[in-house]
Amino acid sequence: MREVAVIGVGMTKWGELWDKSLRNIFVETALLALDDAGVVEVNSMYVGSMSSGLFVGQEHIASLLADYLGQSNIPSTRVETACASGGLALRLGYMEIAAGISELVLVGGIEKMTDVSGYEATYALGTAADQEYEGYHGITFPGLYGLIARAHMEKYGTTREQLAMVAVKNHHNGSKNPLAQFPYEITVDSVLNSVMIADPLRILDCSPITDGAAAVVLCPAEMARKMDKPVVKIIGSGHATDTIALSSRKDITWLEAVYKAAKQAYAEADKGPQDIDIIEVHDCFTIAEICVLEALGIVEKGKGGDAVEQGLTSLEGKIPVNTSGGLKAKGHPVGATGAAQVVEIVKQLRGEAGERQIKKARIGLAQNMGGSGGSSVVHLFERE
Amino acid sequence: MTTPSRYWREIPQRYRLEANRCKSCKTVFFPPRLICPQCKKRDLEETRLVEKGEVISYTIIRVPPQQFVDQAPYAVGIVKLDDGVNLMGQIVDCDFEDLKIGMRVRIEFRKIFNEGKSGILCYGYKFVPE
Repeated sequence: MREVAVIGVGMTKWGELWDKSLRNIFVETALLALDDAGVVEVNSMYVGSMSSGLFVGQEHIASLLADYLGQSNIPSTRVETACASGGLALRLGYMEIAAGISELVLVGGIEKMTDVSGYEATYALGTAADQEYEGYHGITFPGLYGLIARAHMEKYGTTREQLAMVAVKNHHNGSKNPLAQFPYEITVDSVLNSVMIADPLRILDCSPITDGAAAVVLCPAEMARKMDKPVVKIIGSGHATDTIALSSRKDITWLEAVYKAAKQAYAEADKGPQDIDIIEVHDCFTIAEICVLEALGIVEKGKGGDAVEQGLTSLEGKIPVNTSGGLKAKGHPVGATGAAQVVEIVKQLRGEAGERQIKKARIGLAQNMGGSGGSSVVHLFERE
Repeated sequence: MTTPSRYWREIPQRYRLEANRCKSCKTVFFPPRLICPQCKKRDLEETRLVEKGEVISYTIIRVPPQQFVDQAPYAVGIVKLDDGVNLMGQIVDCDFEDLKIGMRVRIEFRKIFNEGKSGILCYGYKFVPE
């Protein structure tokens, strides 16, 4: 297998982008990635999108986006694993370059979520759960993570305040990210007094509805070394699945897909949790960040809440988590999130993360997740 | 997105709690499966769910999907039935303050929601305190 590097990253401001269409949001973002890479053409594309059909009534978007990006007739593939679609797009692009099939691959994600009503968006997102045996009984995504949170609090003594601290930390980081949807600070009190959505989760425990895209350009590391930018390599890639029905799992507080995906990525990179400098995790709800850190082996089982309370995961902490603001503050255009995590990790490893820059960051990890943990993708990155 | 055929097809599970069991490892599956994910055997026998169990987690849905608007707020839980199957469903006939992890519940046949477009009244199982 060839070594693979990320040579270009692109992301535009996320939010409720009423004046922009799905194709324009993606193309603007992808052009930034092509410019950053210094290339005009790529050999192929992978685009993550969870549900362009339900959100904008448009399928077949891989071809649409290749066309509008000026990449006529190249192979272009849409990838779907719910909210892990963007991360999986990266893995497929990585495999294509590593296998020697292509020299330049554009990988990205897009979701345009505000063209539908709140109910329609809730329905579209709900399709990532088991429709016949979960959705049928009136559960929602905040509800699924509410079930996980309640069980985690009961089993490990995780507190309501610790959940709030995840949101406060990620908003603090997001306040330093001009591209974030909500670039401002919140307090523990404001989280604890925000409206209840699905007990024990309140609205400020939940990631928002967002329009946005992210894109990166991949090439063989050998080619990247001839360019005048720091070389950031993908050194490990993992992907695993689990039951999409939360109720079918033995322990609903444990994310086996995250654990398995991380294990693959660590093994390929010959690294472990102790080697990681910065992490982007899939904090679709505050409890998710806590469970993911446990499944990644960053902290012991049940200690995810303590980690945020003790400051381990803050910008100044031992292992900063979600320096971008995470899904909570940066926004969560579902199919784009996995690709945006890569943009943040690469910016950090290159030293281009501005006010939120972590000093001496050399190895980064990105963890992307679909549904209530029915799929997960983990990548490790290293700056040469 | 309930349609008559999609609704009708799930009736054995929703009305009669029909499940199956791997003859080799004895694990019970609901809904029934064609292959046992544990031992990879395809020899499964029909069974029915045991109708009692205990709550392993619960939440209260305050912002519901559209077809549940007239029911919110309502409690949804995951219940570990005494045959080992974990099942998701609403917990009813119980004040929210009395909900507890570990509480004993049994299954009752109830209406779940009205499907607006096709006019189907959708039935199935809910949990009530034992």
